[in-house]
Amino acid sequence: MATNVRTESEVTDLTLTATSEEARGLRDRPIILRLVSIALFAGIWEIAGHIPVSFAFPTFSDTIAAFFRLIADGSMPAAYLSTLQPLVLGVLLSTFLGVGIGIVCGLSRAGEWLLIPVFIVLQAAPVAAFIPLVTFVYGIGMTAKTIAVMILALPVIVLNTYKAVRNVNESLLVMCRSFLGTRWQTITRIILPDASPVIFAGLRLGVAAGFVGVVLAELLITPTGIGDLITFHRSRADYAEMYATIASIIALSTLTLVFLQWIEVRVFRPEKRGA
Amino acid sequence: MAVTALREKQSTVHTSLEAIVEVKGICKSYGNVEALRDIDLDFPRGKLTSLLGPSGCGKTTLLKIIAGLIGASAGSVTVDGKHVSGPGPERAFVFQDFALMPWATVLRNVAFGLELRGTGKTEREETARRYIAQVGLSGFEDKYPHELSGGMRQRVGLARALSVDAEVLLLDEPFSAVDEQNRRKFQEDLIRLRSAQNKTFIFVTHSIEEAVYISDRIVLLSPRPGRVSQVIEPDIDRSGDPDSIHRDQRYLDTVEEIWQGLKQYVE
Repeated sequence: MATNVRTESEVTDLTLTATSEEARGLRDRPIILRLVSIALFAGIWEIAGHIPVSFAFPTFSDTIAAFFRLIADGSMPAAYLSTLQPLVLGVLLSTFLGVGIGIVCGLSRAGEWLLIPVFIVLQAAPVAAFIPLVTFVYGIGMTAKTIAVMILALPVIVLNTYKAVRNVNESLLVMCRSFLGTRWQTITRIILPDASPVIFAGLRLGVAAGFVGVVLAELLITPTGIGDLITFHRSRADYAEMYATIASIIALSTLTLVFLQWIEVRVFRPEKRGA
Repeated sequence: MAVTALREKQSTVHTSLEAIVEVKGICKSYGNVEALRDIDLDFPRGKLTSLLGPSGCGKTTLLKIIAGLIGASAGSVTVDGKHVSGPGPERAFVFQDFALMPWATVLRNVAFGLELRGTGKTEREETARRYIAQVGLSGFEDKYPHELSGGMRQRVGLARALSVDAEVLLLDEPFSAVDEQNRRKFQEDLIRLRSAQNKTFIFVTHSIEEAVYISDRIVLLSPRPGRVSQVIEPDIDRSGDPDSIHRDQRYLDTVEEIWQGLKQYVE
């Protein structure tokens, strides 16, 4: 069990260093390089759509056109209105609950013994299998969707936070004690900022998992929102519309993760700004 | 405030060799391993005393016991007559690995001790700027630790310890992670800083040259278990050119004498 957790945070550590090194290499013109990368991807998509790879595979330009059609006829905004409510609520609850539980488990042995095994099991379990169970208990409304988001997002956030708090730089803790820091000051001024990179790595994974949760819930439980939009256009063989919907939720998820990173650097680790 | 300061100054003038830190019968064991056995030491006010010895002699352990960061198995430490049971405002620690917060600027790191005490932002930053200037880091206030060299980082650590205005500064091998050239410069600066501050320094080092160069008193510890083997007071004039100390005959003789004494403990 313990090995499980270690691998988890090691993996996130690795991705952290990898992304920051990558960013350093591209420091000269990061925006241009990113745009080139997006343009290349779009170009390959366009060509693949023209070959065509499959009759169900639209070109990039068709997909973009479908995207604007969906916005214009109001079906996509309506779908997002329905999807975003459980998603935002679930992600926010998971963030605060997860970081809170993780900190408590990292600081107290009792919390660790009581709660950490539950989250290790939850993380190892194929959680999508719980979703029918959630429907059974909570019906098909907003509660069920929110819970689907949380059971996917919460474990990784709790485990990363717990591991980050447990691995806080010992010498900074001693330093804080020697300068007469109280327990509360130690937590807020040393433990949280020192643990924040790994906590945020967990938040990024958790938020991404929350997107998985809400789409799964809409595909499996309640035919509403984005999940319903995907199913509906698939059933009508409107493949461009279906792809546009899928691409839009991927883009939203990516933007959310970028925004999280921005908060991290802005609020917790100013020394990484521009790095 | 001013009256107390004056009174303190007078008392130090009258009894300049009065002990500020007294260590009585300190023993420390980790399980079956005896790290320190029956240490009795006095640290005179306003002097720089080095704890010198080979690795395993418990010098850092003794310093951390004085700092109140670890407890002793037996014996007691008093500072200004008050029994030590934990860290206190009259002692400040300089760490071997600097222990700077990587997410905070030099200014915030130096002011951190005051921040923890609840000193207002303007006041603590003003104090911090003063000590940053004293350790020669003016212009680096807004840099982050990773932008500084090892020597500069330890200057931040020293400024942080100075800025809480503790009477006793405890330095745990402060130069061991600093390169040789920077260490020489830093040692010279420390001598200069000391003459400006009327503070007591307790300095742990494993370098004989360093100890003789900067110390008023050197406590030699022998290893396994750590005991006091000798106390030396090198009578070296440090008022002149710092480089001349390295050529001073008494400096060279003291270094040699200590080496002859410690040789037997080095395998």
